[in-house]
Amino acid sequence: MKLTLRVWRQRAADTEGAMSTYEVDDISPDMSFLEMLDTLNEDLILRGEDPVAFDHDCREGICGACSLVINGDAHGPERTTTCQLHMRSFADGDTIDVEPWRASAFPVIKDLVVDRSAFDRIIQAGGYITAPTGSAPEAHATAVPKPDADFAFEHAECIGCGACVAACPNGAAMLFTSAKVNHLNVLPQGAPERETRVLDMVARMDEEGFGGCTLAGECATACPKGIPLVSITNMNKEWLRATRKAGKR
Amino acid sequence: MSTSSAYAHYTTGDPVVDTRAPEGPIAERWDKRRFEARLVNPANRRKHTVIVVGTGLAGGSAGATLAEQGYHVVQFCYQDSPRRAHSIAAQGGINAAKNYRNDGDSVHRLFYDTVKGGDFRARESNVHRLAQISVEIIDQCVAQGVPFAREYGGLLDTRSFGGVQVSRTFYARGQTGQQLLLGAYQALSRQIAAGNVEMHPRTEMLDLIVVDGRARGIVARDLITGKIDTYFADAVVLASGGYGNVFYLSTNAMNSNATAVWRAHRRGALFANPCFTQIHPTCIPRTGDHQSKLTLMSESLRNDGRIWVPKAKGDQRPPHEIPEDERDYYLERIYPSFGNLVPRDIASRAAKNVCDEGRGVGPGGQGVYLDFADAIERMGRAAVEAKYGNLFDMYQRITDEDPYRVPMRIYPAVHYTMGGLWVDYDLQTTVPGLFAIGEANFSDHGANRLGASALMQGLADGYFVLPATINDYLARHPRQGEVGPEHPVVQEVLAETEDRMHLLLAVDGDRTPDSFHRELGELMWEFCGMARTESGLRKALERIPQIREEFWRRIKVPGTGEEFNQSLEKANRIVDYLELAELMCLDALHRAESCGGHFREESQTPDGEAERKDDTFSYAAAWEFTGTGTAPVLHKEDLVFEYVHPTQRSYA
Amino acid sequence: MARTVWDSSVGKKTVMAVSGLIMLAYLVVHMLGNLKIFFGSAEFNGYAHWLRTLGEPFLHHEWALWIVRVVLVAAVVAHATAAYQLSRRDIRARPTKYVHTRRRASYATRTMRWGGVILGLFIVWHILDLTTGTVHPNGFQSGHPYQNVIDTFSTWYGNVIYLVAMLALGLHIRHGFWSAAQTLGAGSRTRDRALKAIANVLALVLTLGFVSVPVAVMTGVVS
Repeated sequence: MKLTLRVWRQRAADTEGAMSTYEVDDISPDMSFLEMLDTLNEDLILRGEDPVAFDHDCREGICGACSLVINGDAHGPERTTTCQLHMRSFADGDTIDVEPWRASAFPVIKDLVVDRSAFDRIIQAGGYITAPTGSAPEAHATAVPKPDADFAFEHAECIGCGACVAACPNGAAMLFTSAKVNHLNVLPQGAPERETRVLDMVARMDEEGFGGCTLAGECATACPKGIPLVSITNMNKEWLRATRKAGKR
Repeated sequence: MSTSSAYAHYTTGDPVVDTRAPEGPIAERWDKRRFEARLVNPANRRKHTVIVVGTGLAGGSAGATLAEQGYHVVQFCYQDSPRRAHSIAAQGGINAAKNYRNDGDSVHRLFYDTVKGGDFRARESNVHRLAQISVEIIDQCVAQGVPFAREYGGLLDTRSFGGVQVSRTFYARGQTGQQLLLGAYQALSRQIAAGNVEMHPRTEMLDLIVVDGRARGIVARDLITGKIDTYFADAVVLASGGYGNVFYLSTNAMNSNATAVWRAHRRGALFANPCFTQIHPTCIPRTGDHQSKLTLMSESLRNDGRIWVPKAKGDQRPPHEIPEDERDYYLERIYPSFGNLVPRDIASRAAKNVCDEGRGVGPGGQGVYLDFADAIERMGRAAVEAKYGNLFDMYQRITDEDPYRVPMRIYPAVHYTMGGLWVDYDLQTTVPGLFAIGEANFSDHGANRLGASALMQGLADGYFVLPATINDYLARHPRQGEVGPEHPVVQEVLAETEDRMHLLLAVDGDRTPDSFHRELGELMWEFCGMARTESGLRKALERIPQIREEFWRRIKVPGTGEEFNQSLEKANRIVDYLELAELMCLDALHRAESCGGHFREESQTPDGEAERKDDTFSYAAAWEFTGTGTAPVLHKEDLVFEYVHPTQRSYA
Repeated sequence: MARTVWDSSVGKKTVMAVSGLIMLAYLVVHMLGNLKIFFGSAEFNGYAHWLRTLGEPFLHHEWALWIVRVVLVAAVVAHATAAYQLSRRDIRARPTKYVHTRRRASYATRTMRWGGVILGLFIVWHILDLTTGTVHPNGFQSGHPYQNVIDTFSTWYGNVIYLVAMLALGLHIRHGFWSAAQTLGAGSRTRDRALKAIANVLALVLTLGFVSVPVAVMTGVVS
C-alpha cells in the first residue's frame, strides 16, 4: 500500500506546530498503525530528519499509552486502541490525518505526544480506597454481590488513554472520572469514602481545565474499552447524593 | 569450534551466600527474620529517603507501602504515568494458597509446586515465603477494591491454571494484571497526594550512584527536557522489570528495558541466571519484518484446541484442504498422556522442532495450527465463544482471520525472564543498600516460572517483603554522611552518563537504533532462544562484540540530548542490551544442562527430553561484571533442597 | 451547598437540568392553554383573564401570575448563565481545534447552544409582542389576547420568527430532556429507551401544539 500521511509536527510544547505531509510506501495491510509509523520514522532517521514522536508501549491495547487522532477519530476508525488498529482498515492511496489529543488539560509535549498527568491528579484526588498494606481483613469477610462485582469490573477496565477527552466536543473528562468513581463507589470496600471521592475527583477534574459534559456521547463511542455513557449518569447521581449529604452535615 | 571471544573465558570466584534467611523449620523462617530485623523508629522514617525505580506491581506496591510506613519515597518511571507499567498486560491471574475450594491446596503445596515448576533452581526459603504471603496479597487487593471475579454467592472465584491440580488462581477476566496494577497505582496515588511520594514520570534511570560501597542514588534523565540529573537516597530499590526485550521481539512492552538492572550490575550487583528466559508457546506469529512486538494469547486455549502441522514438508495447501491423515498432531503423538497440555517449555520446543523441519505454517513457516474445529463440533460454537470469545476476537483483530472457521496460527515468543539481579533473602543485591524486587530479581522462579506466579511475586515483594526487610538495612545504617551533586563519585557517574549520550549523538552513522536491535534480537532468538547448543552460543559470543563495535561506528541518532528524543532513549537501551546479551549467552554456554526454560541440545534424554544435571549445576550462577567485553567472574550460590527433593520431570 | 453546586461543572449542569425542567413543565401548560384559541375568542380571552384571578381570594389579583413569572425569569436567568459559563469552559478546554473534523453527535445535540440563544431571543420578542405589546404590529389591546395573537400571525415575520423558534424548541427539548435526566442521575441502561421516547414525544407534542396556532391563523381556521 502507498499512503499519504499528514502528521502534526510540533518541536516542543512552546513552539508552533503544523501539519506536515509524508509519503509512505510498501505498507503491508498486516501492519499495525504504529508499525506503519515506525516505518516512516526509520526512513526519517536515515534521511537525517527528526522522527515523529508518539506515545506507545504495550502495543496490545491495555497500557493506554497510544493516543492518536486519526482522520478526526480518537484511535482511528475502529473501536480499539491505536496500537490495535491495522492498516487493512485503510485503502491503498488514502490520505490519513494524524493529530494529537486536543485539550487544554493535555498540552502537547512534542508532535503527537501529550501530557496526560491531569488524569493522574484526578485519581490522586480520591480515586483509591484507603487500605494501607497489612490492614486488610480476610478477603471473604465481605461478600460482594456478583452484579456489583461485574459493574465494578466493567468500569475498572478503563485504561486511562484519554480518548474520551480527545473525542468530546468540549474536552471533558467525565467518562474517565466516572469510570473510577463507579468502580470504587459500588463496592462495599469503597463505601466509607463514597461521598468525598466523587466530590473531590469532580472538583479536581474541573480545576484541571477539562470542559463540561453536554452528553454528546462521543466519549463512549471512542472509548476502546466500551465504558458506557450511562457511567456519567451514575456519577452525576453519586455527586448529587454526596452534595446532599455534605449539605446536611 | 573454538571461539576467539575472550569473554567466554570466565573465571570462578568465591561462592555467594545468602546470609539473611534464618535457620530452622522453613515455615518459621519468615517470622523469625521479621522479628530479628531491626526497626526504624516511626518518627525517624521521614528522614530516610528511598528511591524506587519502576511502578509496576512490585515498584508500585513497594512505593505505596514504604510511604505508608513513613519513609520519604522518590519514585521513577519512564512511562507518562505510573499506571502504564507493563504488569498491566498480564492476563491470566494470580496464585494464592487460600484453599477456598477445599481442594487440598496449602501453603506447602504452592511452595512445592513452585520449586518443582522452577525445575529445582530456586532457593527454598524464598519460595516458601512467597507461598505464605500469597494469602495476604488477595486480602490486600480485595480491600483496595480490585474487582476479582466472583461467584453468585458473592465470594471470590478461582480457576486452575498452568496445569496444576488445584484451583488457586484468582482472576479478573483476562485482565488480572491490569486490575492488580491499578490497585497498586491507586495506593501509590494516595501517597503522592499526601506528599509522601515524589513521583517522577517520564524519567528514566541511567545509572546507579555507589558511594563508599553503598547505593546512594541514581542518575536519571527527564525524557521531556532531556536533562540528566542526580537523585540521592539512603537506599535504592530497583523494580524495573525483566529483560525480555533483548530479543527485540517479545511480549514485553516496547519500552521495557534492562538499563536499570544492567547499570546496577556494572556498579557491582551480581547478575544471576541470565540465561533463564521463558518462552510462551501460544503467541500470535509474526507477519513480516515490520513486526514490532508479539502478542500473547492465554495458554488456556490449549485446554480445548488441538495443535497440528502438515505431515509433509512445505505443504502450502490451506488447512481445510489437508485431510485428517495428512496432519500431524505432534504433541498428542509424542506425549500421549499429556497431549496438548504439556508444560510451556516443552510445547514451545516441539513447535520449534516441527518448524525447523520445514513443516511450519503461515508466512515464513514460523507457526503451527491451533485448531478448534473439534472443540466446536463437540461443545458447539456458543460454548467455545463463551469460553474463549475475547481471545478469538483479539486474534481476529490482529490477523484478520476468523478462528471459528480457520485454525489459529501460533508460535512461541519470549515472555518472561526468570534471571535477574542476585538478591539475598532480604531482596538486597550484593551492593549494600540496593534492593531488587519483582521480575528484576532472580529469586523465586528458578529456571521456569509457573503461570499466574509473576503477579504473586511482584506484589509479595512490594507489599510485604521489601517493606519488612528494608527497615533492617536503614536501621543498621542510619544517616550516612551526606552525598550531594558535588561529591566526586557523583560527578564522575554523571559525567560518564552524559558522555554516553553525547557519543550516541555524535556517531551520526547510517544505521537506525531499531536495525541494531533487530539484528541482535534475531541472533539471540536463533542461538539463545528455545534450544541452545554449544556451537551456536559460541557463534553468538563471537558475533555480539562485532555488532557492538559496529553499533558504535554506525549508529545514527537524530536530534539532540536536550529535548524529547525517543531515538536517543532507544539507542541508549540497546547499548545495554548489547552487553547483557553477551552475558546471557555465556551463562547459557556455561550451564551445560537442560533445566526449565534453558534447553541445551547436548543435554537431553534418549527420548529428547530435557536432562537436568543436579550433580554439577544445582546452583544459581551469579556473575560479576569486570568490564565491557572482558570475561566476568562466576560466583555460585549452592542450592540446598531440604524440603522438596529434586526429581526429573517426565511428561511422556 | 449552593456554592459547591454552582462552582462545579456537574453542579451547574444540575442547575440547568432543574431550571430546564421547570420551563418545560411551564411550556406544557402554556401549550395546552394556547389550544383554547380553537374554541373561539370568548373562551380564549376568558382563560387569559382567569389566569389573572387564579388563587383569589387567597392571593391578590395577578399574584399567582407574578409568582410564575418570577420563577420563570429565575429559571431562564439560571439556565442561561450556567449555559454561558459552561460554554466558556468548554471552549477554553479545547483551544486548538482538530484539523480533520468529523461530526457524529446528533443534530439536536450539536444545536443546543445556538438553539438556546435563538430561544432566549425569541422569549424577549415574545414578551415584547404579546405581553407588553411594545413591538406588537397592530395596536396592542390589553385584555384581548385572541385578537393580539391573530395580529401577530397575520404578519409574515411573526410567523417566521415563531416557527423557527418552535423548531429550535423541539430540538432543544429532544436533547435537553434526556440530558437533564442523565444529569440528575435518573438515566440507566434499562430506562434509556423510555427516556429517549419521552423526550421525543415531548418535543413533538410541544412543537406541534405551539405551531398549530400560527398555522391555524394562516389557514384561516382561526380568525
